[in-house]
Amino acid sequence: MKIDGARVDYIANLAQLAVTEEEKRELIGQMNSILDYVEQLNRLDTSGIEPTAQVVHTSEQNYSWRADRVRSGFSQEQSLGNGPATGSGHFKVPKVISEK
Amino acid sequence: MDFTRLTATRIKGLIERGEASAVEICRAFQDRIRERDPEVQAFLHHDNDFALKQAERIDGMKHAGEPLPELAGLPMAIKDNLLIRGLRCTCGSRNLENFVAPYNATVIDRLASAGAVFLGKANLDEFAMGSSTENSAFRPTRNPHSRDHVPGGSSGGSAAAVGARMAAAALGTDTGGSIRQPASFCGVVGMKPTYSRVSRYGLVAFGSSLDQIGPLAQGVEDVARILKVISGKDPLDATSLAVDVPDYAGGLGRPIAGLKIGLPREYRKSGISEPVRTRIEAGLKLFQDLGCDLIEVDLPHTDYAIATYYVIAMAEASSNLARYDGVRYGLRIPGQGDLSSMYRETRDAGFGAEVKRRIMLGTFVLSSGYYDAYYLKAQQVRTLIKRDFEAAFQKVDLLISPTSPTPPFRLGEKTNDPLAMYLSDIFTITANLVGIPGISLPCGRTPEGMPVGIQLLGKHFDEQVVLNAAHAFEQAGGFAL
Repeated sequence: MKIDGARVDYIANLAQLAVTEEEKRELIGQMNSILDYVEQLNRLDTSGIEPTAQVVHTSEQNYSWRADRVRSGFSQEQSLGNGPATGSGHFKVPKVISEK
Repeated sequence: MDFTRLTATRIKGLIERGEASAVEICRAFQDRIRERDPEVQAFLHHDNDFALKQAERIDGMKHAGEPLPELAGLPMAIKDNLLIRGLRCTCGSRNLENFVAPYNATVIDRLASAGAVFLGKANLDEFAMGSSTENSAFRPTRNPHSRDHVPGGSSGGSAAAVGARMAAAALGTDTGGSIRQPASFCGVVGMKPTYSRVSRYGLVAFGSSLDQIGPLAQGVEDVARILKVISGKDPLDATSLAVDVPDYAGGLGRPIAGLKIGLPREYRKSGISEPVRTRIEAGLKLFQDLGCDLIEVDLPHTDYAIATYYVIAMAEASSNLARYDGVRYGLRIPGQGDLSSMYRETRDAGFGAEVKRRIMLGTFVLSSGYYDAYYLKAQQVRTLIKRDFEAAFQKVDLLISPTSPTPPFRLGEKTNDPLAMYLSDIFTITANLVGIPGISLPCGRTPEGMPVGIQLLGKHFDEQVVLNAAHAFEQAGGFAL
């Protein structure tokens, strides 16, 4: 079994997700069953095979070039428009640096 | 006249000749939404005034004697992961319940210039993750042909809107079959273009190496017209390619005799249900009658496609969804006053079960010690799958299969078994891994009256060949098989 409770906690921490005890039990079962299924990839010998990260931009003529010029972007108002907490032209977040 | 049964060309013609106004046509679809959507629930939100204003603009052009653009007055549903300035874009997620798009997706700008009218935003599985639209945080969409069945997903709202004639056409997005499978389930045509054919600027990202935007409509010609409008290089999406965009609709109607169509041998053992098999065999016979050569081909790595796809899609999803942290947009739950608990509680409250599961699995396969075993391995197998298709396309022009191994399933049937839901994507996901274009067409109905779809896959940038074969099949009566 690849995924146990400690592993779920570790991954949830990396992914910044809160996971309840009930969700944890469910995730252990589901993640293991999906990973067991994925395990079949190990039947293939892939030594020396190049990985494919994307499929069509395989030669330089397909690269996207543009001049490095300043372009107008969104206004401050537009950028902050969907912010859940804003003030003085900034996004507000809880205090990050402690006083210790 | 029932405006909800017309093609884009006929709608434009009626407006041009003054036989109907764009506003009248728009109202006909809005009436249809009022009548059918309380049951189907294809739309997450629709704004009658917003749509009518766009229709009035078309009527204004007509009155001013200006030439009407290609899609003038065409009422469309837009999947709710594509941004329309000033409208909410929720992605079917609590996280973005109140998010208002500050700009238009490039496809929206292009469709607006072509005269399309946006009726509203269509339901989807949360962040486009799912095959039934049951993962929408707000409500499930029902199949327009049976309220007990799913419309497919993730573009289930788009397909159901077209299938119920609440929209003349729609935009969906396809990461592993999310346009083609719902098109199949709802009895409409849906196309996923070649990766990089259509700009993804303004599409909320799920799997960035797999996602493509594409059209759904009642017939092949409208799909071709819409595809032409939305295709082409966009400076705002560096992955879009400057490959010439043909006049797809103008290229339809050529005979398809002599076309070589490949039947993947491996697909026979992929659990195709009896009613689907019967319809597909009738469809194959029709292609033979049209003079096509059916040739058996091998795609030896077919068995590995689903595992490969889910590792890659989940890895990309976990990266893309890291942005929903409650800082710049979307939901925020304050937590215990520190940054970390704000992140966690926001993401816990904002994401549904399937999205969390994929973020967890994606994070795992990218985590230290597992990256090579899972993510790198899947990328290598992706290469092998790509080579399979390259070899097959040496021998044939197109590949053919059912779109889905089964007809539409019942609401709730697969919600407790994520793996069973993933396995139903076997015929569609490879097109995303390989980046090739694919279309799903209606191919008759099961004895219970549920739609069956047949899928054609083509070579990179060979949309014209795919569309022409699809059109010939449609004109020969293939939809009614």
